[in-house]
Amino acid sequence: MRNTNTMDATSTGAIKSGMRRKMKARLSWIPVLAALAILILMLIAGQVHFGSFVTPAMLSSLLVDNAYLVVLAAGMTFVILTGGIDLSVGSVMAFTGMLSAKLLSVGVPVALVIPLMLIAGALFGTMIGVLIHFFDVQPFIASLAGMFLARGLCFVVSLEAIQVKDPFVLGLESARLGYGDWYITPTGIIALIVIAIAAWVLAYTRFGRTVYAIGGNEQSARLMGLAVARSKILVYVVSGVCAGIAGLIFTSYTAAGYSLNGIGTELDTIAAVVIGGTLLTGGSGYMVGSLIGVFVYGVIKTAITYLGADASWERISIGILLLAFVVVQRFIVARANRN
Amino acid sequence: MSENAVVVEMRDISIEFPGVKALDDVDFTLRSGEIHSLLGENGAGKATLIKALTGVYSIDSGTIRVSGTERTFAGTADAQTAGIATVYQEINLCTNLTVGENVMLGHEVPGRFGINWRATHAKATTYLRQLGVDVDPRSQLASHSLAIQQLIAISRAMVVDCRVLVLDEPTSSLDRSEVEQLFAVMRRLRSRNVAILFVSHFLDQVYEISDQMTVLRNGKLVGEYQVGELSRSELISKMLGRELDELESIARNASRTIDRTGNPILKVTGLGRKGGIEPTDLDVYDGEIVGFAGLLGSGRTELVRVIYGADRSDHGAIEVRGKSVRLSTPRHSSDHKIAFSSEDRRAEGIIGDLTVAENIVLGIQAKRGWLRRVSKAQSDEVVAHYIESLDIRPASPHILMSNLSGGNQQKVLLARWLATTPQLLILDEPTRGIDIGAKAEIQREIAKLAAAGLGVIFISSELDEVLRLSQRVVVLRDRRKIAEFDNHENFDIDDIVALIAKEGAA
Repeated sequence: MRNTNTMDATSTGAIKSGMRRKMKARLSWIPVLAALAILILMLIAGQVHFGSFVTPAMLSSLLVDNAYLVVLAAGMTFVILTGGIDLSVGSVMAFTGMLSAKLLSVGVPVALVIPLMLIAGALFGTMIGVLIHFFDVQPFIASLAGMFLARGLCFVVSLEAIQVKDPFVLGLESARLGYGDWYITPTGIIALIVIAIAAWVLAYTRFGRTVYAIGGNEQSARLMGLAVARSKILVYVVSGVCAGIAGLIFTSYTAAGYSLNGIGTELDTIAAVVIGGTLLTGGSGYMVGSLIGVFVYGVIKTAITYLGADASWERISIGILLLAFVVVQRFIVARANRN
Repeated sequence: MSENAVVVEMRDISIEFPGVKALDDVDFTLRSGEIHSLLGENGAGKATLIKALTGVYSIDSGTIRVSGTERTFAGTADAQTAGIATVYQEINLCTNLTVGENVMLGHEVPGRFGINWRATHAKATTYLRQLGVDVDPRSQLASHSLAIQQLIAISRAMVVDCRVLVLDEPTSSLDRSEVEQLFAVMRRLRSRNVAILFVSHFLDQVYEISDQMTVLRNGKLVGEYQVGELSRSELISKMLGRELDELESIARNASRTIDRTGNPILKVTGLGRKGGIEPTDLDVYDGEIVGFAGLLGSGRTELVRVIYGADRSDHGAIEVRGKSVRLSTPRHSSDHKIAFSSEDRRAEGIIGDLTVAENIVLGIQAKRGWLRRVSKAQSDEVVAHYIESLDIRPASPHILMSNLSGGNQQKVLLARWLATTPQLLILDEPTRGIDIGAKAEIQREIAKLAAAGLGVIFISSELDEVLRLSQRVVVLRDRRKIAEFDNHENFDIDDIVALIAKEGAA
């Protein structure tokens, strides 16, 4: 038999690779930069239209009023990076809030209540993660179950809103550190710390890198001998804990626990993360993007208030932006595939 | 080599899948400092044996000893801990991460604040350099060629400090010089007493690099041989279990003459797509096999995709049997009895979760539309016919497609398209990554069908295949058709290579 003459030449690719590499490295940051550009554009447009839109007070409130969303987005980013989704966060946030209000009202010390909130969040996350990994349930369905369960438990705790009078919890929101018109509350600081830790975990720990690997190619990650099972469950635990923290922030913000809090918040969170440039299919995205995503969301809310327009416009703008971003992402993915 | 220490000893290994006994009491021994080839046809159990050794599958019975200690692997991580590293045929790395991360993932250098990326990348670079790979560890994996990715995957194996390196078809997407590079690395590892298990369907490469050979057939062990003691034809007959040289028996069926009067099945004029293929003319007549020769990226796949309507054309015209038609979607093409089997059978062909029968009937059903059911009797008949005529193994219509070997999956795909009774069949790399036996069967079937009047466009990277089958050869380069000629006896591979290489530097 004649020598099999295989002619596939891949070596020519090497020449172009240098050029392509530079493009690729930037490619994964493009959605984040796009989100930043949109944020800046919106701020400029607001300033031009309203005259005094971008003020220190407005920028400060952007963080403080959306602190709970920042924390939720941090947890959601982990989940979406693995290619999953967590629909339970809004309900879990409401439930941990209810739980804390109830426990505080019967006299449980706050030093015990806060850890319990985080543990409750973690338990929901663990349940969802185990369902997904060991019982092979779709993340959508598993977290939907978690969402209904948490919402149901809210009603079990109480149908009425429960006032919170604990000075520490209230202080998280009312205490203000300020410089001129700039201010920040403890809740805002918590949000920034959560984002910072989350960004560090993603970039500098094995767990964080495994999250990216799973999102890139779960099969490969498994064959590489990475702790896929543990990491996949852990991202939901992280998201659950974040929901617990968000519960604390939200309770402090509204000075009450109410069982109808946070309905639809999971979708706002997902929207913020996606607008922030994290690919819904997983494997690509950055924590700072999610922070920007939340700010974009916050600016839209503020602008609608300034306009005095109907609140429905907030939803419509978010919807349009989300659509635009998903299209941008598809475009980027298609380009990456072509290369 | 047999005096070297035994590293892996597998005894009486059996693995059963629903409806298939994939491995049946197989023994396998691997010694340090040897390159040991595992040989067998598709479906012989090579992949299953490897997956048993690397912890992907758990064994139903038998024992695995690594360096004298009996082991049970619950997963790939266990096998890696035991010093067994694997590089799979479909490179299992993460394209969304950097080269350095892919090498070091799971073994990053810790620093005071989490991973020390500088040190991690530096370490990755040393491992890559050891294999003669000079790439920036901070570049994206996806930006490198498959060959480089393959070497990166091997670098990763080195990080684990493996005693056993399993290479499953590492050369299937490499060109000659890249194969040399890989072999140099393998020899270097052998001299460091690493035991290498090598699987390749290129027998030349097996003879060039290995010390020992183990042959499997139908899930059973045929025997273990030293490379020197078995000639190539003996090896093939042991793999196939029959004493004949399949490929030679269909030698040059090409010389059949084709009646080129009258209307061709397909007449393409000036068909092109920006960035894909420059305007090209092409005719395919009844009973004719038109072979496309050219490098990967020469435009051969792009051309057939445009013809079939899988990609949209910018300009040009297509006539089917003299009538001008628009083939802008695959649906149109299928209405004109044109079938297309994609080169990427995993992504664009097989449906792993359906059975063999369902995969075959899919084509007919799609053609009939969803409302007109294919009757059970009709489908059974079609399926049985193709399982027999293409020798699909295991010969059971009810097992899942994903449990079949690559060669048999390809036969099922061929059956799917044939069942729609096309007048023109486009086959893009139908024989890639499958072994000689299945290759021969597929080629023989194509030749037979063409002799009965089917028009075929046949694309293959293996030029001897193109020359053996086609009556007409089209040569492509740089997204352009550069030559077209009638195939005849005294035309050989070197002539085509010369054509492709000519002005190749331009």
